[in-house]
Order: sequence, then C-alpha cells, then structure tokens
Amino acid sequence: MVAITRSAIIDAPIDAVWRVLRDFNSHHLWHPAVATSEIEGGQPPDQPGCVRRFRLRDGAELREQLIALSDRDFSLTYCILDSPIPLLDYVATVRLRRVTDGGRTFWEWRSTFRTPPGREDELAGMVARDIYEAGFAALGALLGRGGAVRVRGVVAPLVARGEAIDAEAIVVRDHGGPEVLVAEPVRVPPPGPGEVRLRQTAIGVNYLDVYLRSGPNALLRPPATPGVEGAGEVMEVGEGVTHILPGDRVAYACLPVGSYAAVRTMAAQQLVVLPAGIDDETAAGAVLKGLTAEYLLHRTHRVRRGDVVLVHAAAGGVGLLLCQWAKHIGATVIGTVGTPDKARLARDAGCDYPIVAPLADFAPQVKDLTHGHGADVVYDGIGKASFAGSFEALALRGHLVLYGQATGMPDPISHATLAEKSATVTRPVLFHYTAAPEDLRDMARNLFQMIESGALRVSVNQRYSLRQAAEAHRELEARRTTGSTILLP
Amino acid sequence: MVKIYVSSVVDAPADRVWDRVRDFNGLPKWHPVIADSRIEGNQPADKVGCIRNFHTRDGGQIRERLLALSDYDYSCTYAILESPMGVSNYLATMRLVPVTDGNRTFCEWTAEFDCEPAREADLHELIGQGVFKAGFDALKRQFAKP
Repeated sequence: MVAITRSAIIDAPIDAVWRVLRDFNSHHLWHPAVATSEIEGGQPPDQPGCVRRFRLRDGAELREQLIALSDRDFSLTYCILDSPIPLLDYVATVRLRRVTDGGRTFWEWRSTFRTPPGREDELAGMVARDIYEAGFAALGALLGRGGAVRVRGVVAPLVARGEAIDAEAIVVRDHGGPEVLVAEPVRVPPPGPGEVRLRQTAIGVNYLDVYLRSGPNALLRPPATPGVEGAGEVMEVGEGVTHILPGDRVAYACLPVGSYAAVRTMAAQQLVVLPAGIDDETAAGAVLKGLTAEYLLHRTHRVRRGDVVLVHAAAGGVGLLLCQWAKHIGATVIGTVGTPDKARLARDAGCDYPIVAPLADFAPQVKDLTHGHGADVVYDGIGKASFAGSFEALALRGHLVLYGQATGMPDPISHATLAEKSATVTRPVLFHYTAAPEDLRDMARNLFQMIESGALRVSVNQRYSLRQAAEAHRELEARRTTGSTILLP
Repeated sequence: MVKIYVSSVVDAPADRVWDRVRDFNGLPKWHPVIADSRIEGNQPADKVGCIRNFHTRDGGQIRERLLALSDYDYSCTYAILESPMGVSNYLATMRLVPVTDGNRTFCEWTAEFDCEPAREADLHELIGQGVFKAGFDALKRQFAKP
C-alpha cells in the first residue's frame, strides 16, 4: 500500500481556494493534466456520490467519485472508479487550513493506493509530481495573481471576503395578513465589526411573527424581513467576533427581525453555538420556545415540586415544552387545548389534566381538579380571550404570567382586583431575560442539557419551504398547528 | 467561550521547528514575551502531566500543565492552572504540519477559554496577537533563510 502526502501554501484566502476545489468538476479549468471533464447524470458537482468523467491531455479517460465533502472542515475525499493507470483502491483527500498570517491557505493532498508489484515508486512519483505538485503550482499561480477561475455549477456557499451575495428572503412591504409574506431575492452584505454572515438551514416560526406582520409596531417597519429565530452555519465573521468561528453551527432567538432568509448578516452577540447532539431543525424549533420555557419556569416564577401549573395552548410550541419541563420539575400540570387530538399530545408531553373546553369555561374545571385551591402559576400566552378565566383560576398568592397575547392585550386590571387574591401579574418578554450574554449562555446551556438528555422532546410538527411562509402563518393562526413549525430555505 | 485560531508558515523543515517548540520548558529560548521558565518538581519537560511555571516580561506568573505531546503529529496540548489574565477552562494546542512544497512548516496555535464577557475582545487580542502571533513571528525570524 502506497501512501503519499503533499502540501503547499497558496497565496490566496481559504474561501477563494475552497470555492474552486469544492466544485468536483472544476479541475479541467485549472489543472494542467486535465483536458475536459463532466459530472455524470447531471448531479450537482458538490454532492457526495457524484461521479466525474474526465479526459487527460494524453487522451486517458478516468472516472472518480466524490465520497465526502465538508464546507466546515474545508475537506473532500474521492476515489478512482475507472482508470487506465493501475492506481488500485485509490482514495484521496484534499484538506485546506486557514493561514491567518497573511490571509493564505495551507493545502494538503494525500492518498493511499496499491500498484502492480515493482511499480510503487514510479506511480507514487507520478501522482505526487504530475497530479499534486502540478495542481498546487497551477491553482496557486491562478489565484495568487489575484486572478479568478470561473467555476460553473452550484453557487458556492462561501465567497471571498467583502462581497455582498444574493439570496432569497421573505419581505413584508405592508403590514397585513399572511399574503404579505412574499419571497424576493435580497443582497446580503458581508459582516461588519461584531457581525457574522450566516447560511441558514432552518428557521423558526413563532406567534410573535404573526403579531409583527399584522399591524404597525416598533419592531417590524416595512419593507423588512420578519422572523426572530433561526439556525445555520457561520460563513464568515466580522472583526472583533471572539466566540464564533466560521463553520460553527449556531442558532438564535433575538431581535432585530430578519430570520426568514436563506442567508443573513447579523450581530454575533446573541448567537449560541449548538452542541453536536442538537441538529439545526431541532434548534430552529426549540431555541425561542425553549428559552421562553426556561425563563418562565425558572426566572419569572421559580416552579417547585408540588406546584399546580396551568398552561394554556398546552399543545402549542411553547405549551408542549412547558408541560414537559414543569412535569420534570415535579409540578402538577393542567393544560387547556382546543381539540381532543391536542389533548392527547399534551398528555403525552406530561400534562396531567388536559382540558378541552372553550376558553370561557376552564376556570371552574381548574378549581374542581385542585379541590378549590386553583393554580399557583398560570402561563397565559393567549391574552384577552383567556385572561379573566386565568385570574379566576389563580390560587391565593398565585402568579399569572402573561407571556403573550395571541387574541389581543387584555384589559388592565386594578390593584383592588389583585388584592382579592394577593395575586401577582407579570408581563415578561424573552429578550429582557436574554439580553446579558452570560444569562443567555446559562439559559441555553440549561435548555440544551434538557434536550440532549431526552428530558425535553422537541416536536417539529410542521415543515414548510421558506417560500411557503404565508401558508405556515395561515395554519398557525387557524390553530391547526401543534408543536413547532419551521421553514427550510 | 472564546475561541482563538492563529496560523502561520515558517521557512524551515517541520522536524527542525518541532525540535525548537517541543520543549515545554523552552519558551524563553524562542518566545519574545516569556522571560523565564522552570518545570515544577524536577520533572522532564516532555513528560505529559508536568507543569511549567514561567514569567512574562511584564512580570505576570503563569502555571500550565502539559496534557498531550506527540512527536508523531508534532502537536502539544496544555491547560492554564493559574494566571493573572482572569481566564478559566483555558485549553490550548500547538500543531505543526509539514509543507512539502518548499520544505516548510505550517503552524497552528488554538485556544479556548471562558472569561468575563467585557474582557473577551481584549483577551482575544492579547492572547491571539500578543502571544500566539508574536510567537510565530519570532519563529519565522529565527528560521529565516539569510
């Protein structure tokens, strides 16, 4: 078995070199030994499994298959399928590393293969010299001179620093119903100081998006892209970003709006790096709702074993997480839902007593279930339609936490009314709890531990393409959704 | 968690550069910012687990434990036990890789650590530029072909 390794320093940024090398069909544009090349079957040239068929200048025809490709690690692996040259079981790997000193690139090319007996030195020498070293020299000269190689095929996700790129996003040009969510191409600038450019793989849809789309507000001023939750891979980082590196998988739940986009440039401060055990889709379905559950159960009110907790919309995105987490803490969980199917979902999520009832009627049932005690804490994201009932269901010295208002802001209540029960009413906002980076990290760590350990199951029950954002909103507003809804760019 | 990645190219074969940097007690010989160094408890400097106790030129004292050393991979990993910098969970790795084209060395120095958020930018600069880049610049000068 022959093993060869050759390496070189290319005087060009790693993004520029990778953009060429990640296109498995680009070699005829820069390698002196290759005359023509094409990918069989019309497959994308960066998709593992694709096969390139190419002809060398001396007429030999070869076929090679791409086995693995990683934009995160700047590496790809391929093998020879057919070749007139006896390089048997030939598997090669190309790997780039960033040279921060001087914005250059370290390129390593290595392979293992067998040869007919006695031809090891001859063939190893040929591969090392005529393929690897010749390749370094040629591409190095092309890129190092500040030249460019026109690379056909898929638009590379990595671009040279400083360029704006075009990507698809939802743009709201007027407040209104779901129909105002229209997909358009937008220019995404490179990241400035403190910012990153993110290639998003999954986007979280939240009721907040519905509020901000529907009517005038301070957070979404048209024309603007909605959305406050997303996950993806960092493409580049701007100056001064210290806790994120290009290639990191990250997620966020924060202002400003703008997450309904395939690529986004945003401040790095509120990004959290995802652990290996949490995939992008789960993150997009869990971060905002999960951080909300985290602060509601631990910071706005510290729920303890034995507390009676009332969760409205118990089968919703936040609802399912509140049920599971409150149960995990040892609370007794009562939930309100709209249909028997949702009751089943809520029960599976740990809700001890799901109540299927019109919103006017749940309070007496809560009192019954608790032998008149009532709920020690009520988590109400519904607002106007449920508020009076939530207050009625509250125990003495209970805490009514109004964390959303899907049906509108309830009427104000007077201090005299609060005095009837020594009640506390709080109207918390997630972003006030996550504003300090160390709090955000703390909350995220708690949430990720719960998910990775299996104690919290994230139900991404609805998936739409980015272009179908309007449909997602329609379903959410019609109360036909359960668990989390995500958009896929 | 702050992450730092600094890399460079030294114009000398990797085995020669590795000979210079593998000595866990050898920083004063090549790094401009380190004034003196000793290994605690009379341990050999290439014994995994040994602790180096050194001073920077501005008087700070740092203790670091060698966690891994590989003459095969040309890499070493170490953790800070004590320092005046206010970092915690600090883990760093230096790795050399041969560059066959020109018989040179590709050098990488990475670190991860926690600190007060307000200090992140300063420490990123201090360690990334003031220690890692300064170290590699010094190696480049020391090995530069006349």
